[in-house]
Amino acid sequence: MRYNVFSLLRNSLSGHKNWQPAWREPEPKTEYDVVIVGGGGHGLATAYYLAKEHGLTNVAVLEKGWLGSGNIGRNTTIIRSNYMLPGNNPFYEWSMKLWENLEQDFNFNAMVSQRGVLNLCHTDAQRDAFARRGNAMRIDGVDAELLDREAVREMYPFFDYDNARFPIKGGLLQRRGGTVRHDAVAWGYARGADSRGVDIIQHCEVKGIRIENGKVLGVDTNKGFIRCKKLGLATAGNSSETAAMAGMKLPIESHVLQAFVSEGLKPYIDGVVTFGAGHFYVSQSDKGGLVFGGDIDSYNSYARRGNLPMVEHVVEAGVAMIPSLARVRVLRSWGGIMDMSMDGSPIIDKTHIQGLYLNAGWCYGGFKATPASGWCFAHTIAKDEPHKLNAA
Amino acid sequence: MLIPCPHCGTRPVEEFTFLGDASVTRPTSNDPASMEQWYDYVYLRANPRGRFAEFAHHSGGCRAWLVVTRNTETHEVYGAVTARDYARAKGAKA
Repeated sequence: MRYNVFSLLRNSLSGHKNWQPAWREPEPKTEYDVVIVGGGGHGLATAYYLAKEHGLTNVAVLEKGWLGSGNIGRNTTIIRSNYMLPGNNPFYEWSMKLWENLEQDFNFNAMVSQRGVLNLCHTDAQRDAFARRGNAMRIDGVDAELLDREAVREMYPFFDYDNARFPIKGGLLQRRGGTVRHDAVAWGYARGADSRGVDIIQHCEVKGIRIENGKVLGVDTNKGFIRCKKLGLATAGNSSETAAMAGMKLPIESHVLQAFVSEGLKPYIDGVVTFGAGHFYVSQSDKGGLVFGGDIDSYNSYARRGNLPMVEHVVEAGVAMIPSLARVRVLRSWGGIMDMSMDGSPIIDKTHIQGLYLNAGWCYGGFKATPASGWCFAHTIAKDEPHKLNAA
Repeated sequence: MLIPCPHCGTRPVEEFTFLGDASVTRPTSNDPASMEQWYDYVYLRANPRGRFAEFAHHSGGCRAWLVVTRNTETHEVYGAVTARDYARAKGAKA
């Protein structure tokens, strides 16, 4: 069913009793052309683009929990493409372009909101670095504006501009950056993939990967053995464990990153703002809660919760930037498990095992990359070679 | 998390700086032939779920290097020894 104003009217007249489920709940077949492990943002996007761009529809996505139960629902929903290095910028800008057309593309309201991402700078040296970064972005065709202190003040008069230690000197603004309703990204990709014939199998945990003569045969799961010609792993947070099933050791450590939401407030911060003297980034959700986050907890962890010292640290950074936050109460906090790669770079690639592909190592930047990651991973799997956007 | 520092007693986690996996061995040679070992040392990690021994610097305390044994899934701390004792015990086993 396509969502549009007519289907909305028709269903409202019939009391909303006739909406169909957005995706099926199939039992696994015995064999697929492609199996994707991980029903999060990247895995579902991969399945969607495999079906849409490459015509591969005999595809299954295996998810050990429920759809979108991992980091796609545990982030701070920020999208941006304000990178500097040549290898990064074209990839993240492609992701931004996919975000810009995502809702029309998969016919689902993901609430893509290009409300602007503003990075604050607090020293002259940092402003010079931002000028350089902005220029690098513009060379790659990305929008960037260097704002002086007064221009920032006009946007956000309530920041602490004269903080004794971290005065605000200006900022780098990417107006096309913003936020997206993160769950809807998973749901939209799932619905789009499912309607093209992809089987999304929830509560199906992969227990082992069968390999024979250097070639993938399939996966052992709690729903039995599933044969496949190609296998894609998109299990960020648990990549080391899934890769170990194929005998691979990865350059990855798992760390916990916490995020927070405050009580609902009246409209207060209409964009995304990041503190430049520490790790703090904040936006306001449509329900009014301030959504914010900071740094990883900095020790290896598979627990989806962090410790209190980091909560205090994040909130201190926030209050240094916006003193009026001091009286706002935190409603809830949660943690997600990050694939921290040793050099900070993600991996979308073939492996030495024929038919086995890996998508991993997103550090704390996986959400914004979701569309391009899926798009590039689908290309890598379908063509058995990386696209130039994800080639090393 | 509370870490039982052998010198300072039980101290809160924010006093410590973590370096990561204590099981990796730094190669002793700079010979280009040892690049594989360096690659293993710098990049590859077992990244276990569960029991994990890691280097921790008591940067907000006695400034000693420790090896903390901890559960990465539950954050339960099993114990901490000085890095020197850990290395000696490891050497004795090898």
